[in-house]
Amino acid sequence: MAFKGQIVVDTERCKGCGVCVQHCPKQVIALSKNVNGKGYNYLETVNEDCIGCASCAIVCPDGVISVYKVKC
Amino acid sequence: MANDIVKPENLVYSRTKVLTDATMHYCPGCGHGTTHRIVAEVIEELGIQGTTVGVAPVGCSVLAYNYFDVDFQEAAHGRAPALATAIKRLNPDLNVFTYQGDGDLAAIGTAETVHAANRGENITMVFVNNGIYGMTGGQMAPTTLVGMKSATTPYGRCVERNGYPLRITEMLATLPGTYYVTRQSVHTPAAVRKAKAAIKQAFLNQQNKKGLSFVEIVSNCNSGWKMTPVQANKWMEENMFPNYPIGDIKVDGKIAEGIDINRLVVDHPLSVVNK
Repeated sequence: MAFKGQIVVDTERCKGCGVCVQHCPKQVIALSKNVNGKGYNYLETVNEDCIGCASCAIVCPDGVISVYKVKC
Repeated sequence: MANDIVKPENLVYSRTKVLTDATMHYCPGCGHGTTHRIVAEVIEELGIQGTTVGVAPVGCSVLAYNYFDVDFQEAAHGRAPALATAIKRLNPDLNVFTYQGDGDLAAIGTAETVHAANRGENITMVFVNNGIYGMTGGQMAPTTLVGMKSATTPYGRCVERNGYPLRITEMLATLPGTYYVTRQSVHTPAAVRKAKAAIKQAFLNQQNKKGLSFVEIVSNCNSGWKMTPVQANKWMEENMFPNYPIGDIKVDGKIAEGIDINRLVVDHPLSVVNK
């Protein structure tokens, strides 16, 4: 059974610390080249491999990540 | 495909409602944010939002009352355990927790901390230890490691001049009044899960009227340590953890298995850091 996931990032609240990036088992996320209203390079997804494990959301100091998951 | 997944019924994780919508003022990557979030998640899971009172300290987390959607009191510097004692004794049915940093709990508030623990007050204490005075600009704290550079120890902390790092968590574990004493961290998903379980246990102990529960969170201070958040977490693993070993120290009122409290308190093995 496999899972397919999707994250939604509150980009205006993201501070671009990058702690989540190293903990993603599928290398789905990276810091953007663009910045948000506060000048931080916010988090974005770079591919479709997300499995909805929520590791990124669990280490996020600012709680900006919501995780959705479905079986497929 | 994206629209098929992002639906309310597929939501597995989102920011807890016990945190307010205010953006936290902490530096990017700071462990305070994660610790706030797991404390709030525990309050939500236990369903005690309406009966919880927090006590905020002075330090980086001085504005904690802005971020939790529960009742809060602001204590004088270091006096959070004394204020929590008063709240708990006047309203024994409330769930009272203090949230303090190392400058508040282990420096100016040592007396209140030690006496609250020795009296065995039925409260929960969350202690965030980052080995430095973060808010005032990175000065040496009692918990600063030997050899660690700070604004007031530019050549590294020296034992002859500055004394030894204070391991207050081990010290409190030796007191008969403490029921649960543990040290955790919040730098990886696994560590966050363990820390959350420890905080949940600390709140449950309070509900079961067991006595004082003390949870230390070893955290980073990337601004004070002059590192990126990712580097700071790595440095913390390499240098903070040997001096502040992670794990339960006292469980159910007894020193945990495999913990030699004499080794930790009396002999005080030091690992000197070079930064």
